Amino acid sequence: MQRKWLAIFAVLMVFALVATACSGAATPETKTEKVVETVIVTVEVPAEGGEAAPAMGGNTLQTVKDRGKLICGVNSAVPGFGFLNEDGSFSGFDVDFCKALAAAIFGDPGKVEYRPLTAKERFTALQTGEIDVLIRNTTWTLTRDTELGANFTATTFYDGQGFIVRKESGIKTLEDLNGATICVGAGTTTELNLADTFAARGIDYTPLVFETADETTGAYEEGRCDAYTTDKSGLVARRTVMANPADHVILEETISKEPLGPVVRHGDDQWYDIVQWTVFATFTAEEYGITSANVDDIKASTENPTVKKMLGLEGDMGAKLGLSNDWAYNIIKYVGNYAEIYDRNLGPDTPTYIERGLNSLYTDGGILYAPPIR
Amino acid sequence: MSAHAPEQSNIPFWRDERYLNILAQILVFAIVAGILYSLWYNMNRSLEALGLPLSLKFLKITASFDIGEKLISYSREDTYLRAYLVGVLNTIQVSVLGIFFATIVGIIIGVSRLSGNWLISRLAGAYVELFRNIPLLVFLIFWYQGLFLKFPDVRDALRLGDFYFSKRGIAFPWGIPTETFQSYLYILGFGLIVAIVVGIVLHRQGVKTGRMPLIGLWSPLTWIVIGIIGWFILPQAPLTPTIPELPEKGFNIIGGRVFSPEFMALLSGLVLYTAAFIGEVVRAGIQAVSKGQTEAARALGLNGFQTLRLIVFPQALRVIVPPLTSQYLNLTKNSSLAIAIGYPDIVHVYGTIINQSGRAVEMTAIMMATYLTFSLLTSAFMNWYNKRIRLVER
Repeated sequence: MQRKWLAIFAVLMVFALVATACSGAATPETKTEKVVETVIVTVEVPAEGGEAAPAMGGNTLQTVKDRGKLICGVNSAVPGFGFLNEDGSFSGFDVDFCKALAAAIFGDPGKVEYRPLTAKERFTALQTGEIDVLIRNTTWTLTRDTELGANFTATTFYDGQGFIVRKESGIKTLEDLNGATICVGAGTTTELNLADTFAARGIDYTPLVFETADETTGAYEEGRCDAYTTDKSGLVARRTVMANPADHVILEETISKEPLGPVVRHGDDQWYDIVQWTVFATFTAEEYGITSANVDDIKASTENPTVKKMLGLEGDMGAKLGLSNDWAYNIIKYVGNYAEIYDRNLGPDTPTYIERGLNSLYTDGGILYAPPIR
Repeated sequence: MSAHAPEQSNIPFWRDERYLNILAQILVFAIVAGILYSLWYNMNRSLEALGLPLSLKFLKITASFDIGEKLISYSREDTYLRAYLVGVLNTIQVSVLGIFFATIVGIIIGVSRLSGNWLISRLAGAYVELFRNIPLLVFLIFWYQGLFLKFPDVRDALRLGDFYFSKRGIAFPWGIPTETFQSYLYILGFGLIVAIVVGIVLHRQGVKTGRMPLIGLWSPLTWIVIGIIGWFILPQAPLTPTIPELPEKGFNIIGGRVFSPEFMALLSGLVLYTAAFIGEVVRAGIQAVSKGQTEAARALGLNGFQTLRLIVFPQALRVIVPPLTSQYLNLTKNSSLAIAIGYPDIVHVYGTIINQSGRAVEMTAIMMATYLTFSLLTSAFMNWYNKRIRLVER
């Protein structure tokens, strides 16, 4: 009896010590106080190490380097942007930016672990440090930039919200949707735009909200809803995986601005810079005509000081970001410039073809404009 | 420290069981408090690092999203709090109806399993094995996509009288409250009080005379009569009927009340699933009543139904109620699977709110508190009921 008690007592003691050490300051008002305090010292070191583990703000770059791979939050259900292929690999426009980031950090686009997330899960995953960066067709808004603890780095795709309807319904404008049921994904800006726009125009409707894109389009295809709404790029992409893509039309009207781009957590400026300049490097590479095919030639022969700086032949641009000097070279070499990324996923030869429109360089009539790398 | 040694004893305190007992309690408390504190501290630090200190002020902010199904008026201009309330009421609606129907189906299944009829008992057995061995989520998706979304399109809705069945749900006639509805509620409340008084008076009379009148008949009848009189006394009927109809042009059936496919799938899934468990609870309860009781009842000349109603059921109830309570709690909690089929219950609205406001910690705490309240209220009621029906030993 006595011995059993002592054994239990000993186990409890150990737990108590660990617990109090973790909490840092809690000193229970008991007779054991003294003992606890002396032992704390010995446990303190591992406990401190454990506390630093959650990647809150802090040094994300170091965390990623120590881990040996980047954890990237992506979509898994939008062909052309983030899609989980049959062989288990991920592909798409957003996924390529994950690869570009990995190439910039490690010189290897394969060092990425993809975390497929629903629209609803994504900000919590980012806030808690489950992912290092969120590249999941996420719209930049003031609320998200502030209250959600997210930092939007750059816009990789300028999009806008549209509607898809069945051809046979004869719907042409939003006003035709009066009284309709509309399918929409949960936790999206789309949900809010829909409510705002329809309220402003006095159009009556019933929303039907689902967690995932598959559920939402599934219900739309079954005829549960009269229309499905999301970003136009998403509509184009989702239409390719519908049973009869030709039976559906996307309405002309665009009801919102949806700038999509990579997002990081508040509180780590260096990491923010790395993600932002990775995007800018792809813009700049397109501007100077550098592609994955000719980057080696250009590196060997170029006399252009800007290109030299970018490719790491001059200055220490990489070091300023905390990366190696060939960071941009690696991005272009392994992933390509913006045009290559775009054409690979959304170009004319793909089923998810979307005209470049606004997403052209400022020199070609678009609004992509990267600050100078110098 | 030695000053604390127990009085008039030579045993050192670390071997004194009285001390050790107290010490162990303090230690356990310290451990639990320590763990909780460290979690709390860690969370607060992280939230502050993100610039999101804990606060409930966001509940007053305009929600600016719409909800498809609602029992109270709600629009995008209302607050997050009201949006959440819409979700809470939707959960209550499906839970209350679910508990009601699951109990009926469950009792039928449980009694059928013990039926002397071979086919009926086997069918009931097969039902139980089938429904309780398939995950509820799978069922919900099956009901939703396999049944309710395979109904005809709304344009070709199936019509039975004033009932319409289509992919947009089941539409049926309903009443819309008019201006006098509020007064009518007062009349009903008054009627209920009168009915209870009548019941008490009759009961006293029965005790006095030794001949118990049919309280179960007279008391509700009083209420119904008062209800009917009240309906016609009022200057305007408290409810005006609304009949569903399919317009020539348009997307949906207009008028009446509509149970959406999401709601129907969730309700039927919950009812059929929980009924399988309730069936087993009922069967176990009935079998717990010793065979001698049935035999004695038969010997007294009671028929099969009378035996069940007067002898077996009252005794079985004592065994049934506690496990039945947990089935009711399960049903309420399982209703959160609504998320998979787009029914705007608590979890669904909660998800949208945390996504739009970023207040995951606060909303999760509120949601946990809500479910906890539901469960505690249900079990408080069931415990009260259990106490009432338990065997009074004299």
